[in-house]
Amino acid sequence: MDGCSRTGLDSALRHHPVSLLRAAPSLTLVMLLGPVAAGLAGTLLPAIGVMPALGAHQPGFGPVSDLLAWPGLPRAAGLSLWTGLVSTLLALALCFAICAAWHGTRAFVWLERALAPLLSLPHAAAAFGLAFLIAPSGWISRLIAPLAGWERPPDVLILQDHAGLALIAGLVLKELPFLLLMSLAALPALRPGEALATARTLGYGRMMGWAKTVLPRLYPQIRLPVYAVLAYSMSVVDVAMILGPGAPPTLAVQVLRWMSDPDLALRLRAAAGALLLLALTLGALGLWRLGENITRRLAQGWLTAGCRGRRDAAPRAIALGTGVLGAGALFAGLGLLALWSVAGFWGFPALMPSSFTAQGWQHAPLGPAAETAVIAGAATAIALALTLASLEAECRFGLVPGARALALLYLPLIIPQIAFLPGLQVLALISGIDGTRGAVIAAHVVFVLPYVFLSLSDPWRGFDPRQAAVARALGASTARVFWRVRLPMLLRPVLTATAVGCAVSVGQYLPTLLLGAGRVPTLTTEAVALAAGGQRRLIGVTALAQTAAAFLPFVLALAIPALVFRNRREMRHG
Amino acid sequence: MYKRTLAIALAALTALPAAADPDPTDWPAVKAEAQGETVYWNAWGGSEAVNGLIDWIATQAAAEGVTLEHVKLSDTSEAVSRVLAEKSAGKTTDGGIDLIWLNGANFAAMKEQGLLFGPWAEALPNRALTDPRNPALSADFTVPTEGMESPWGLAQLVFFHDSARLPEPPRSMQALLDWAEQNPGRFTFPQPPDFLGPTFLKQALIELGSDPEALQRPVSEADYDAVTAPLWAYLDALTPLLWRQGRAYPQNAARMVQLMADNEIDIGFDFNPNAAANAIAAGQLPPTVRSHIHDGGTLGNASFVAIPFNANAKAGAMVVADILLSPEAQARMADPAVWGLGTVLDLERLSPAQREPFKAASVGPETLSSQQLGTPLPEPHSSWTVALERDWTARYGTTR
Repeated sequence: MDGCSRTGLDSALRHHPVSLLRAAPSLTLVMLLGPVAAGLAGTLLPAIGVMPALGAHQPGFGPVSDLLAWPGLPRAAGLSLWTGLVSTLLALALCFAICAAWHGTRAFVWLERALAPLLSLPHAAAAFGLAFLIAPSGWISRLIAPLAGWERPPDVLILQDHAGLALIAGLVLKELPFLLLMSLAALPALRPGEALATARTLGYGRMMGWAKTVLPRLYPQIRLPVYAVLAYSMSVVDVAMILGPGAPPTLAVQVLRWMSDPDLALRLRAAAGALLLLALTLGALGLWRLGENITRRLAQGWLTAGCRGRRDAAPRAIALGTGVLGAGALFAGLGLLALWSVAGFWGFPALMPSSFTAQGWQHAPLGPAAETAVIAGAATAIALALTLASLEAECRFGLVPGARALALLYLPLIIPQIAFLPGLQVLALISGIDGTRGAVIAAHVVFVLPYVFLSLSDPWRGFDPRQAAVARALGASTARVFWRVRLPMLLRPVLTATAVGCAVSVGQYLPTLLLGAGRVPTLTTEAVALAAGGQRRLIGVTALAQTAAAFLPFVLALAIPALVFRNRREMRHG
Repeated sequence: MYKRTLAIALAALTALPAAADPDPTDWPAVKAEAQGETVYWNAWGGSEAVNGLIDWIATQAAAEGVTLEHVKLSDTSEAVSRVLAEKSAGKTTDGGIDLIWLNGANFAAMKEQGLLFGPWAEALPNRALTDPRNPALSADFTVPTEGMESPWGLAQLVFFHDSARLPEPPRSMQALLDWAEQNPGRFTFPQPPDFLGPTFLKQALIELGSDPEALQRPVSEADYDAVTAPLWAYLDALTPLLWRQGRAYPQNAARMVQLMADNEIDIGFDFNPNAAANAIAAGQLPPTVRSHIHDGGTLGNASFVAIPFNANAKAGAMVVADILLSPEAQARMADPAVWGLGTVLDLERLSPAQREPFKAASVGPETLSSQQLGTPLPEPHSSWTVALERDWTARYGTTR
């Protein structure tokens, strides 16, 4: 790291010499480690039969054998693995196909513009929208009904199907934009345009050239986001409840059912189930790594075999078609939610509501909206400051984060939330901060920080050190290099990370409820509580409000670079 | 002298917990202590109608000097979990929840685990307006309430159908099965553990001729296999005739209402006699929907509020619970235009002026009158809910 030396710190840190910045990575880990450790203990103890509040003191294998005796376990666990792995694989394949086929074209710019609203759409809202689109009584079916002469919707299992196909579709639709965003943030540093131009002059087709020159360098940059997607897909609850099968459901949903069962003894089985889910997630990640190795080995010959793949019009069309279809489904879902938010009675097979009403919008949740903004702003600011300080310290002091330290950083994304949060809640209760906005912000940081770090670390580490070296050679201090060279040049990934952080914070339900004691109402806690009543109109209203809250930062993340770099052509590409 | 000081100190120490908790029998003291308190009422927040009623209760509480905050839950278990977590963390005072809307299995579990404060409910002034012999108030799913929770509304299982599609709905479990054979795929029930799933199972168990006495005692005291055999035989016949051939179930009552609106099913049900009217008013169901019950009557139970053992504002919570029992609040709750739950008050004990709003509220054609509803069937002991739910899941909820 030529551009970094141990002298000269930025003004904010001048009075607290090197040690504070040097400690930043450790501080970041501690911010996550305390809650994670408590969360783990809070899962492990009941899983081995220790829960003093229920009068269970004797450690043993009772809960584990109880879990193993549950008849639905093989199917529920298999379903979690299957839906998680397949949806991640499909989302990643689509992401690469779209990038390979269309990156750097006008169509891609359009797709890029569609990303922000798609990312802002909360998972549950996307699932509701998709469900209403594809259900046997859904909107597509209503288009067909008059042609097919249906008076009743066909009694077929499209949603909640046993293979989890609807769930996989929902997860792919929602994870594809995230992976595309991560790719977009990482791509500029790889200078894909130049690599592709070279490949094209050698006679490679667009997709083949991209796959052989850019993809092998891109994948390592987005590997951690992919792992996060895999872990998330396996532990997701809200989407799985709406689109996934119910008899049995995925393991994550089943664990939540046990956790909310009036029979408090089932909490022990739930804890054992949560540990199993964690083990499954780790197993899936291991499988994925294995797949990476095999793919690498298999691909080596292919990369240099010289196959040019010139005729790629059909795959390019398919890639674009799938992307447009996916985006279209999400937008159609959002549109239908908007329609529901003002709908009176709207039965099958009507294509439009029979009447309209503004009733749903009469109690606009302004208080929760402000609370959401404050919490998201604070949590993201803290996460961003810690991430930047850690990355800068890494760079300046040559600290190389060990694999173990990195793994710890991603624990909050890998441990299923339902298993990890009760422990976190007990920690907040013991420390006496529960029920405060501060506790909610601290809990959000635990989930926001890994995503911010995830979004930012690879672009930051992939930053060409020669830029900084040149600046240093021209006499700039390390602080000046940070503020005037590295930060501006990495503005786009920094803003992307901020937007992702805000979206993650806006979407948090369980942490907000558990740490806020229900006294810190946000748009999401209101939305989930109202959605429990199942009124589509209210679901529509709150989903739109949530989407708007998460959309704003993305708009800024796209608009600010365009504005700041309006006279820097090279900064706008990618 | 020394001994006396010690005695005073000891007395002070032992008196401390007693001094910290309000004495429900000294109502003026409770009201005085409640002044300025903030009560966090954890209550399901999935209905605009109920949320509106709770907002109105908050204005009544404010007039008594109590600030009422509605903590909106998506599931009552969230509140139970929280109290359990507080107990785990050793937080025996200043808890985050002052009042919980619950009943049935949640109450039984909290009572058994010592998570509730009380007894207090029978000391509320407005409790005198209820009938002390009313079994729905003294026992919750046969578990004696013993003053650990205060009632605020009566619910009864009511079926509903769209008269435009189904003029004559089946009025017994056997008729329902016969109808389902003619109309496969047009009936379903929320998947257990959603409380309406076990409710349907219990209703079927009662109608299919099980020994009603056995159901009033814990499962452990009954010949479970013999008592439930007719139910499983019935479900073996019914399940393939259900919506999606029983391969998928709606998650809750709300989803079932949606399925009605989407013309996927023909019969729905809910634990609120006014459910159809509420859904029509909310634009969820067409105005042609009508309610019906089964000939032998349907299950009924009461909604209660309870105070956690470590609540911060116990006095304030009692004041709110008393407001819930006031004739004004009860009349408002019972008004079909607001919510339509049955009142827990004994109208005979009210003054004619207090009685007036109950009489004035009229039910529409979509709702059954109290005569048509008849006397609700008592809930089986709460252990039956747990056992039926577990057995149903093993038989139908994991392998199909």
